[in-house]
Amino acid sequence: MFAIRAAFIPLLDASLLIAARDLGMAAEQGIDLQLMRETSWANVRDRMAVGHVDVAHMLAPMPIAANLGLTPFSTALIAPMALGLGGNAITVSLALHEALGAPGNPDDAARAGALLHAEIGRRAASGKPLLRFGVVHPHSSHNLELRYWLAACGIAPDRDVEIVILPPSFMPDALAQGDLDGYCVGEPWNTEAEMRGVGRILTTKQAIWANSPEKVLGMSSRWAGENPDAVAGLLTALYRAARWCGDPANGEALAEMLAAPEGLGLDVGLLRQSLAGPARFVSFERAATFPWQSHALWFYSQMVRWGQVAHSADHARMARQTYRPDLYRAAILAAGGVVPSANAKVEGALSGPGQVGASGGALTLGPDGFFDRRTFDPDRLDDYIAAQSVPA
Amino acid sequence: MNAARSTIAVIDTNPARAAIIEEGLRKEGYHDVHVLTEMRGLAARIAVLEPEVIIMDLGHPNRDMLEDMLQVARAVKKPIAMFVDKSDRQSMEAAIEAGVSAYVVDGFRQDRVRSIMEMAISRFNAFSRLERELQSAKDALADRDTVDRAKRLIMKSRGLDEGAAYSLLRKTAMNQNRKIVEVAESLLLSASLLGGQGEDE
Repeated sequence: MFAIRAAFIPLLDASLLIAARDLGMAAEQGIDLQLMRETSWANVRDRMAVGHVDVAHMLAPMPIAANLGLTPFSTALIAPMALGLGGNAITVSLALHEALGAPGNPDDAARAGALLHAEIGRRAASGKPLLRFGVVHPHSSHNLELRYWLAACGIAPDRDVEIVILPPSFMPDALAQGDLDGYCVGEPWNTEAEMRGVGRILTTKQAIWANSPEKVLGMSSRWAGENPDAVAGLLTALYRAARWCGDPANGEALAEMLAAPEGLGLDVGLLRQSLAGPARFVSFERAATFPWQSHALWFYSQMVRWGQVAHSADHARMARQTYRPDLYRAAILAAGGVVPSANAKVEGALSGPGQVGASGGALTLGPDGFFDRRTFDPDRLDDYIAAQSVPA
Repeated sequence: MNAARSTIAVIDTNPARAAIIEEGLRKEGYHDVHVLTEMRGLAARIAVLEPEVIIMDLGHPNRDMLEDMLQVARAVKKPIAMFVDKSDRQSMEAAIEAGVSAYVVDGFRQDRVRSIMEMAISRFNAFSRLERELQSAKDALADRDTVDRAKRLIMKSRGLDEGAAYSLLRKTAMNQNRKIVEVAESLLLSASLLGGQGEDE
């Protein structure tokens, strides 16, 4: 058995790692998958940097930020796999939900945003303080998508609201205590607020950017280079775990597995509800674990937009090469899986499900668009970045 | 930079450990030490204190918030660099192993940083050692209680005296190559499953 140590944060999309360990997919590949639960993304980064862990459940923009030198103790990281699509939402306090009028269906991000824009105008006119939103990390899809959504709805994220960082599990309490008016966080912390009656899901990641990743499997490029067979075995195990997690027939078993103390250690009722709720994550369908370089580049474009990094051809190349579809393709094809033929796609080209070029079988993707109907063509990155603006 | 005037914040959810670190800092000549154990309002407290050194426990879930605040937030005016630069991998490993992280303002004297870190690492390690010892003492007490209850059960159901009941337990454990406490546990478990035959306190 080859030991692989993996750090994870107790969130729903750690499912793939937990299932691969508990259901034997890792062992089948000769891998002894040792999971270490962590309390902060900073700890995950530090343990990776000193070699306490080999791989980790990471926020999708995190390895990109590390390679761009934006985080302390940056080690060269790669992401050869995504750990699912969707999986987070924007939840607001009951008071804000009520003030918005009738936000309606969480799938309608445009309507929710328009109502929020109007409410922010009313608050400003009556001299009320800025609304405060929580996200889990500056280099998270939560932060970048919340900002994208706000800006597209005419709200300037750094002027019209306040965005603060808070650990995921603290969000519902902060909402209940009035420390936050809303947050963007991974499941189960949106469902938790709804079940406790302290918040309502306003809209979802799926509605803002359909079928986009929230977490990836991160590892140091050095470790991956030294252990190519272990990487391929781990990707195979996680791919099979993803298929199991994505089968609706396994929903109850998955909830129970995650509830165990050596899983996420959370209430089974909460997990059951989250797995079926509006912010549920997609683990397998639509090539959910494929590390699209267009996803990496879109995150990069938003990091540039919000001043986290300056745009240059070198930086763009580093961001693109952080995601490694080549490693994924080699491992998953050898394991009999189905893989897209391309490494990148135009985000927003598919307005509904559609067949795409694939190896190993037929593959249906999409929709993959943004709620404001803008498309992102990774081959025209400079134009996209130049056209980005912040609401005046 | 005068040691006595440097503001240091110790952020730890464990007040006992925070107190040990605080005492260590005072011994090193730092007098402006602030222990922050409350999660709520942490950002505001730090913004007001503007500490030159922050010592934080690695298990603290607010590390991401703190780092973001130190890097970009408008609230803190002074640039704060994280200690343990890349060249000093060993001390970084030692710190992470011990479960402590530190953040330091740019320009804070390296030798002072080093001695603060060494103190924090050794006290964090000493604290975990104490915790482990306490835990094993608790486990030993619990084990003794289990064995005592099993002994009483045997004495009652088999009519044996205490010494004979204990040797029976020990002999069974040796035969099965198990610990005495494990045999005692399974005995109590089967008694409770069979019902009615449990120990009568």
